[in-house]
Amino acid sequence: MGEQQSSQAAAAGQHHPKYLAHHFESMEQQNASGKLGMWLFLGQEVLFFSGLFLAYTLARIFYPETFLAAHELLDWKLGALNTIFLLTSSLTMALAVRGAQINSKPTMFWNILATLLLGGAFMVVKYIEYSHKFHDGLLPGHFFDAAKAMHNGHPANIPGAPAIFFAIYFTMTGTHGLHVLIGMLLMLWLLVRINRGDFNSENHVFLENVGLYWHIVDLIWIFLFPLLYLVR
Amino acid sequence: MDSNRNSAPKSAHAASAGGVEPNYLNAHKGIWSWMTTVDHKRLGIMYLVGILTFFAAGGIFALLVRTQLLGKIFGGPGKQDWLFSGDTYNKLFTLHGAVMVFLVIIPSIPASLGNFFLPLMLGAKDVAFPKLNLMSFYVYVLGGCFLLFSILTGAVDTGWTFYTPYSSTTSTSVVSAVMGVFILGFSSILTGVNFIVTIHKMRAPGLTWTRLPLFVWAQYATSLIQVLATPVLAITLMLLAIERTMGVGIFDPKLGGDPVLFQHFFWFYSHPAVYIMILPGFGVISEIITVNSRKQIFGYKAIAMSSVAIAVIGFLVWGHHMFTSGQSELASAVFSFLTFAVAVPTAIKVFSWVATMYGGSIRLNSAMCYALAFLFLFTIGGLTGLFLGSLSVDIHLHDTYFVVAHFHYVMMGGTMTAFVGALHHWWPKMTGRMLSEFWGKVGCFFVFVGFNITFLSQFLLGTKGMPRRYANYLPEFQTLHQISTVGSYLLGLGFLITLIYMIQSLINGEKASKNPWEAMSLEWQTDSPPIEHNFHVQPVVKHGPYEFPEIDHSLARGGH
Repeated sequence: MGEQQSSQAAAAGQHHPKYLAHHFESMEQQNASGKLGMWLFLGQEVLFFSGLFLAYTLARIFYPETFLAAHELLDWKLGALNTIFLLTSSLTMALAVRGAQINSKPTMFWNILATLLLGGAFMVVKYIEYSHKFHDGLLPGHFFDAAKAMHNGHPANIPGAPAIFFAIYFTMTGTHGLHVLIGMLLMLWLLVRINRGDFNSENHVFLENVGLYWHIVDLIWIFLFPLLYLVR
Repeated sequence: MDSNRNSAPKSAHAASAGGVEPNYLNAHKGIWSWMTTVDHKRLGIMYLVGILTFFAAGGIFALLVRTQLLGKIFGGPGKQDWLFSGDTYNKLFTLHGAVMVFLVIIPSIPASLGNFFLPLMLGAKDVAFPKLNLMSFYVYVLGGCFLLFSILTGAVDTGWTFYTPYSSTTSTSVVSAVMGVFILGFSSILTGVNFIVTIHKMRAPGLTWTRLPLFVWAQYATSLIQVLATPVLAITLMLLAIERTMGVGIFDPKLGGDPVLFQHFFWFYSHPAVYIMILPGFGVISEIITVNSRKQIFGYKAIAMSSVAIAVIGFLVWGHHMFTSGQSELASAVFSFLTFAVAVPTAIKVFSWVATMYGGSIRLNSAMCYALAFLFLFTIGGLTGLFLGSLSVDIHLHDTYFVVAHFHYVMMGGTMTAFVGALHHWWPKMTGRMLSEFWGKVGCFFVFVGFNITFLSQFLLGTKGMPRRYANYLPEFQTLHQISTVGSYLLGLGFLITLIYMIQSLINGEKASKNPWEAMSLEWQTDSPPIEHNFHVQPVVKHGPYEFPEIDHSLARGGH
């Protein structure tokens, strides 16, 4: 499709396909701009999360015994399952980008759908974990309920400041979960656009950018999982 | 043609009917075409209107604060909260600071003039992501609404810095104010991303990095800081909001947190943010001084690189706000050293501007008057910063009026003077009309004199020990406070005069030519006001931005 257009445009003396925005001179310029913009945005994301990681580090230095005791209350098996979901979804996302490069609409469509479903599976597991914590009173700040936690069979007294541990846990995983949700919405939009035939080997910078975004969301989880679930 | 245009009030329509291509102002009509525009020039104008409105509001808050500080004039000293209560005073100075920093100075030059002129200077049709640009504008408006909403629900009395633990415990509406600043941050980030990509990818053929106008270099350095520092403020304010709503001990020591952590977080953004505010001002001054000195700029590469150096070193000096907060002595010493280091690239710029004027053929228009005022005021602001960066001196001056005077000399005397100067310089291009040179100089005189009276007296108050943010003061400070207040009225008068002749220019100002200041950079090579897609034909650049035709290259000395 794209090649056909470009040959027509070449015949007209200028290559100007319909998906080239008016203020760009060429597809190379448009694609390179889109990608540079996304990389800058990802740099911004890293610094956004760096604040949370610093808060985590300080809280852990202040209350090492709390982190050691309280992490036992998180289910590392569910965390590991979620890690597998996200890592697999990064693979399917990469395959979808490959699908665009080889102009294969089915490859794009099914891989994005798989990525979306894996993201959904991640959120379902997260929901199970969260509702368990809510039920047991393992909540941030003044919502933390030691009596309820004890009633539900958790150790009688977690040393230090368990309310701070669960605040850090909910803030970090919550912010990350919000990013997963945004990624899933973007993928819904991607499915519509793939179906419409918007992407081809020349024009798929939006698909690639959602992929880059999804990879950083995945990468952040790879740091969150050991820091929260596998404390030693 | 010209006389014909002057006589017809809707001259642009007449011109377009006569076969001339319509400009960006009349290419589309109606309020909806403005609300949904992706044209960087229209967005620049919309930002400008928003920023000037908030500037007026912030200015009124400042005048109210200064009026309160007159003390009770009639009936002798004594009760000093004669105009309103101490609580109201706290809310007013907080509003003044928050509005001026987050809604005025940070977006001032980048969002308004940067949006308007960056693509023009690059010879591009628009910024790289026009729709994202429109979105940043609405994000800015939304953030402003949140801040205003906090005023309606009881305002904030923490000061613009939102220091914990006071901000986690005060009963005022901190959460909505903090959410407002959080949202404004995203506007800033998106604008920064847009500008960096635009500068990298949208330059006209022949426009190499060393042929960029220095305003572009300054915007580039600014955008880097916007993208890399603002997210840290966002996460800090999010944590503060979580602490307030859920009682989590991250910053509040009573709940097991660390208040100094908040200060580290806050200043990791807010010190680089000082350079977000001042770097675009540097860019403006480089343009105004060079164009009006009719001479190649002195040290082009040194000025360009010093912008980037300031952006980099500026990330590593935040601890100088915390010399008295109990950080380690080693940390304080390192931060003090780095603070002195950041003065070096700044001084390189100031010396280069002065050297550019030396031997030049100076045209003293009102933009140039503002540029000279900038040099004077910013140098005082910068040098007093070195007092505060010295460990022993800072112990005495910390949190006094000396600090207040110092940052007003930098922010107000530096950035806002540059901003108003830039408005005078580029007004003909933006509006197609000239400003009154006479009234421009009168306004500049009142701004300059009023500013110095207001804030020189505050340096004296600070060295005598007057603490900042206090609603009351000892009787011995009253005279200096009153002098400062009179100065602030003169300053306000200066801006009022400026506003009046700007409106007059819009109504019946003299028509501007393409290039009234005979500048060489690309924005002056298109029509005034520019056409919708900026240039009739894609410009090709063959020379640097300051190679004026009258420069006699046969007499070149020192590499120029």
